[in-house]
Amino acid sequence: MPATLADPRTSGARKAPKRRMRLSWSDPTFRSIVWQIVIVGLVVGIVWYLVDNTNRNLAARRIATGFGFLGRVAGIPIGESPISYSSASDTYGRALWIGVLNTLKVAGIGIVLATLLGTLVGIGRLSSNWLMARLTGFYVEVIRDIPLLLQLLFWYTMLQGLPVPKQSWRIGDAVFLSNRGIKVPYLIWENAHNWASVALLCGAIGTFVWSRRARAQQEATGLRPAVWPVALGLMGALPLAVWAALGAPMAFELPVLRGFNFQGGGTVSPEYFALLLGLVLYTAGYIAEIVRSGIQAIAIGQWEAAGALGLRRGAILRHIVLPQALRVVIPPMTSQYLNLTKNSSLAVAIGYQDVVSIANTTLNQTGQAVEGIAVIMAVFLTISLSISLFMNWYNARIALVGR
Amino acid sequence: MMRSSPWTVRATALAGAFAGCMLTGLAATPAQADGSGSATLDAAVKRGQLLCGMAGQVPGFSLPDSQGVMRGLDADTCRAVTAATLGDAAKVKFVPTTTQNRFTALQSGEVDLLSRSTTWTLGREGNLGLMFAWVNYYDGTGFLVKKSSGVKAAKDMDGATICVQPGTSTELAIADYYRLHNMKFTPILIQDLTEIQGAFLSGRCDAYSTDASALATFRFSQGPKADDLQLLPDIISKEPLGVMVRKGDDKWFDVVRWTFAAMIVAEEKGITQANVDTFMDSKDPDIRRLLGLEGEMGKALGLDPKFAYHVIKAVGNLGEMWDRNITPMGVPRGINNIWTKGGLQYAPPMR
Repeated sequence: MPATLADPRTSGARKAPKRRMRLSWSDPTFRSIVWQIVIVGLVVGIVWYLVDNTNRNLAARRIATGFGFLGRVAGIPIGESPISYSSASDTYGRALWIGVLNTLKVAGIGIVLATLLGTLVGIGRLSSNWLMARLTGFYVEVIRDIPLLLQLLFWYTMLQGLPVPKQSWRIGDAVFLSNRGIKVPYLIWENAHNWASVALLCGAIGTFVWSRRARAQQEATGLRPAVWPVALGLMGALPLAVWAALGAPMAFELPVLRGFNFQGGGTVSPEYFALLLGLVLYTAGYIAEIVRSGIQAIAIGQWEAAGALGLRRGAILRHIVLPQALRVVIPPMTSQYLNLTKNSSLAVAIGYQDVVSIANTTLNQTGQAVEGIAVIMAVFLTISLSISLFMNWYNARIALVGR
Repeated sequence: MMRSSPWTVRATALAGAFAGCMLTGLAATPAQADGSGSATLDAAVKRGQLLCGMAGQVPGFSLPDSQGVMRGLDADTCRAVTAATLGDAAKVKFVPTTTQNRFTALQSGEVDLLSRSTTWTLGREGNLGLMFAWVNYYDGTGFLVKKSSGVKAAKDMDGATICVQPGTSTELAIADYYRLHNMKFTPILIQDLTEIQGAFLSGRCDAYSTDASALATFRFSQGPKADDLQLLPDIISKEPLGVMVRKGDDKWFDVVRWTFAAMIVAEEKGITQANVDTFMDSKDPDIRRLLGLEGEMGKALGLDPKFAYHVIKAVGNLGEMWDRNITPMGVPRGINNIWTKGGLQYAPPMR
């Protein structure tokens, strides 16, 4: 808060005179300190009691405790995993880590897609096109009024209704759509691709530096050097050149129907797809309303002033309204991101193996419920706090700076 | 800084009192009562109700009929123990549990008895603080496939996608089987029974795997479509499905175990639900002890002397329980018969 808005009674000449605290019940400072000690003590006492009581009961019933099970061989099967996993040799710890990665995979991509879709729908609701405004309004109302779990089950059932692998819908010999998921060709990754990725990263850093320079120059001279040719060169031509210099390898592994299912190629499983679809559509409904309210929070005078300067509607939206709306939108958006992440735990219902699903199986196979639940809580707390920290940082960065 | 006012004082006092009450409720007091010597039994008698955990979704084991009455082998097991302890099978309360919360429900005392097709394993008995009192069904993991798939044996299923419930011994058995035979499979793991069955029927999975008994009853429940489904001949694991109680209450364990023994002895002696009353003037000392006409068998367990009579009157002998619930599903009794007929169900002498 800017200093000018501070309460004058707390500073300067009008500040109350400083007094020593007296050890008396009539002294408000003393009283509040006593109360705080009492309440903190009570909370600590309750927590200690609950932990101790649980431990004593677990011991009395000879129920195994501790996190030693994380190092034991799991033996549980896992359907889809971003890293290698074998039920014969890998541990419960690795199984749970796969669960965390699966949760991040659906939450990360879900947040990006929900933001894009939600923003488009939110802007669409304000459109002067009758059909567009009504359709997006209908979408928001319907999506928000149906429980997410039902939506997930709906999408999952729909995906199960797709044809069996032998009769799958196909695009050439490359992409297949069946009730086993979407099979796509898989780029066979070689060393040249690694170097091209490094070149792309370097190019991105170079472009960023160049655009900083361009801005500095614009502020100094009023002339802005073009950024896009540099960006094209550094992020497009450079990686391509590196890739070509290393022999331009480009081989795809095509999915082939063999036996029960497709072999080779990459897969988007129906479980993952249904979960992603459900989460994105559901959360986008809420984000759309946040974006709409953000835009409508910008005074109409801003539109009119920009219009008087001769800007077109699209330009006004992009350059004037949306940047300001962003400030209003960020805090509620943060809670939607947190909601999406936490809602991903409904994956259990449709068989996607997120961290909750794997932790549930683990606690059931090992019988260590307290530890299993503690793992789930720790994982979600970490992910949620990370999202909050990032969004709070971003919020502070774009906040209106009082000068 | 907190301002203290009369309101705050009162609120704090209230919060303290509330927390105090909660803690008293939570504190577990291992009651050594002067009753039967079993805390579980005494609590059930005082409550007038036996809390029995079961699935409530599996035909043949526990599924409500059209009148809403719970039917099945697991449900009748609950009734038998209720009749033995409370004298009246109607005093049972069925508590539905899932494969994932069943052990917690029993550990925390939410149920007195878990009769939910649970496989007796060393890991479970060693880690969970629970133990198995008896096996009410000797089962094994099997596979159900669609006839159209052309699969004839489990060995044909390399690369298959298999629907299975997570947290079961089935998922471990399949992982072991595929590892042993150096084959690969993709598991689809869904908690909800109807969802996983739906996924199999829609073709998301090539096979559905669980205990062969449940597969047979599921196939049966498909009615005319049952002929499209085939149960593979391979049984890839031992799955003795047992009835569980908490450790630390040995008298209660005895009650459950000897309820089963009584039903087996009744079958050995040909005593049924219908004819039990005609045995009340029997000369056979075994029958007289079973029905509480002599000896103090009931008293030794902390039960009514005629506890076995109540059990037989309520659910019949072990064979009747099978015939009522499992035979209609088309499953032969096989190793689940009593020992005199070549099965595994053997009761120690009741004397």
